[in-house]
Amino acid sequence: MAHYANIVVSILFDGLAYAMFLFIVSVGLSVTMGLMGFVNLAHGAFAMAGGYVVVSLTRQLGIGFIPALPIAAVVVGAVSVVFERYLYRQLYKSTDLEQVLLTIGLSFMAIATATYFYGPIPKSVPLPGWLEGDVNLGFRSFPSYRLFLIVLGAVLISVLWYSFERTNIGAKIRAAVDNRRMAESVGINVDLLFTITFAVGSGLAALGGGLAIQLFGLSPSFAVLYLVLFLIVVAVGGLGSLKGTLLAALVVGIIDTAGKYLLADAGGFFIYAITVLVLLVKPAGFYGRE
Amino acid sequence: MAASDSHKVAASAERSQLRERAADYLLRRHYFHWPEALPWLIAIAAFFIFPERMTFGGQVLIMVLFALSLDLILGYAGIVTLGHAAFFGIGAYTVGLLIARFGWSEPISSLIAAAALAGLGGFVSGWFLLRYRGLTLLMLTLATAIMLQETGNLRSDISGGYDGLPGLVISPLFGVFDYDLYGHVNYIYVLAVLAIVFYFVRRIVYSPFGQALTGIRENVWRMHAIGSPVHRRLVAVYSIAAAIAGIAGALFTQTNAYVTLTVFEFNNSATVMVMLILGGTGRLYGAFIGAVVYMLLEDYFSKLSPTFWQFGIGLLLVLAVLFARRGLLGLLEDAGKYFKKKVQP
Repeated sequence: MAHYANIVVSILFDGLAYAMFLFIVSVGLSVTMGLMGFVNLAHGAFAMAGGYVVVSLTRQLGIGFIPALPIAAVVVGAVSVVFERYLYRQLYKSTDLEQVLLTIGLSFMAIATATYFYGPIPKSVPLPGWLEGDVNLGFRSFPSYRLFLIVLGAVLISVLWYSFERTNIGAKIRAAVDNRRMAESVGINVDLLFTITFAVGSGLAALGGGLAIQLFGLSPSFAVLYLVLFLIVVAVGGLGSLKGTLLAALVVGIIDTAGKYLLADAGGFFIYAITVLVLLVKPAGFYGRE
Repeated sequence: MAASDSHKVAASAERSQLRERAADYLLRRHYFHWPEALPWLIAIAAFFIFPERMTFGGQVLIMVLFALSLDLILGYAGIVTLGHAAFFGIGAYTVGLLIARFGWSEPISSLIAAAALAGLGGFVSGWFLLRYRGLTLLMLTLATAIMLQETGNLRSDISGGYDGLPGLVISPLFGVFDYDLYGHVNYIYVLAVLAIVFYFVRRIVYSPFGQALTGIRENVWRMHAIGSPVHRRLVAVYSIAAAIAGIAGALFTQTNAYVTLTVFEFNNSATVMVMLILGGTGRLYGAFIGAVVYMLLEDYFSKLSPTFWQFGIGLLLVLAVLFARRGLLGLLEDAGKYFKKKVQP
């Protein structure tokens, strides 16, 4: 009996850590898609770029892992503004297909660039001592890195929730997601709003990329390998919904982990089956607008 | 009085002339045009000029067929899918499993079986999925292809798992023509299948059914409003395109004599879409130009440096979206119009 309880606790713990990673990367994608309806398949490339910035900062400049994370987020967030201003902006009114093609093209270029500079072999980062090993929480011990991930995720969720629900800019974003033309007609600058959320979203993706190095290792194919999962979280959660993204990240994270623990052979089958079921019943996702 | 009457007569004559010209255009649109013979002549010429590269030639023709099937749904009906590889994979595995598990290695009948099964897959998945649009449809088609791959992985006792089904032996064509090492017989076989399927697709595209599909692509609400059975038409064309993709997959297995689960991968769906976009969507021959140019470039550049090739294909896509949305064929058409204007100013 204790054995089964142990497995359940492990699944929930690992699944929660995984869900935090998925949430941090996907939330920006969800809000930007909700605002502009832009299908951005290059979001995984921004996450990968963040990971490689962290690798360079720690390996070449000797900066610690923890300070490297926010630096990577700011750098990638700033670079993403250039892409938004000069490339994405031209395709806001275009079809899904053209947006898909542009961003797939950008992802291919990002993967090739990363392969050229860092090679195809997965990279790792040096962690500070307190993030290695296990932490004993009284009833059993947990890997400290995943615990760190869960705590960081909880903090970020609180901050995002506060800025989304309680600040002026959050109210503007919600208004623009609900009805863009109405928001514009009452004087909200949706273009500027979009640039800001795009930068923040890409920065968070970069942060997620940095955090993922320790979990999965970082190779150039990261840009498309996990993209499908981010898109599933966004589609299942509902575009532009913080609550939905969190719920979808938890569902995907925990079910994927459970599947890998209990039925290793079935691999990712469960997530896709659940995605199809949810979308067939609720095409706009958990909290999306129909 | 008389002057205004003659005015009216002239105007109505001009109108009826215009109407006649429009009717004429619609009537003659599907007639055979001489430039259409060009790709086929090139394909036949290639057989005599590059006899030692015919295995590669067969692979190019298979991708043309695959891209043609995508053109039917993406270019004509406007269905954006990220999971077209699902049907290619069904066709490829139908042939593979028939040989490896049932010992059925006759090529033509397994080709038909592959088309039937892939078409059935398209019908069932299309019936459920084609109610959706945008991101939801993208994710559902993508998830369908990955679920097929995972199912194959789950039952690796049947599918061979990620090692696939190697060393498949195909019976001689019509019991006479054996598959040679250089792929000569195979090239002719694939070219013949492509020609038959192409004739069929061309008929569909210029039929009233094809016209309705274009209407759905251009303005789906209007088609609903005039009472067109939109969902039924979309499911029909999706099933047809799936069957053709299945034929391409079947030919792929027969050409390579092996098949692995990578045929279901997102990469396969993305590659065929890139080919079609480069060539030009909704114009039949875009699939020819796109697939041939892509395969030739890949063959040359990926030998030099795979990284360089990946960067280049990404750049090509970005440039195509920004500057040449109608693909290479669109660029050719624009160039043709430009020169015509220069000649007769």
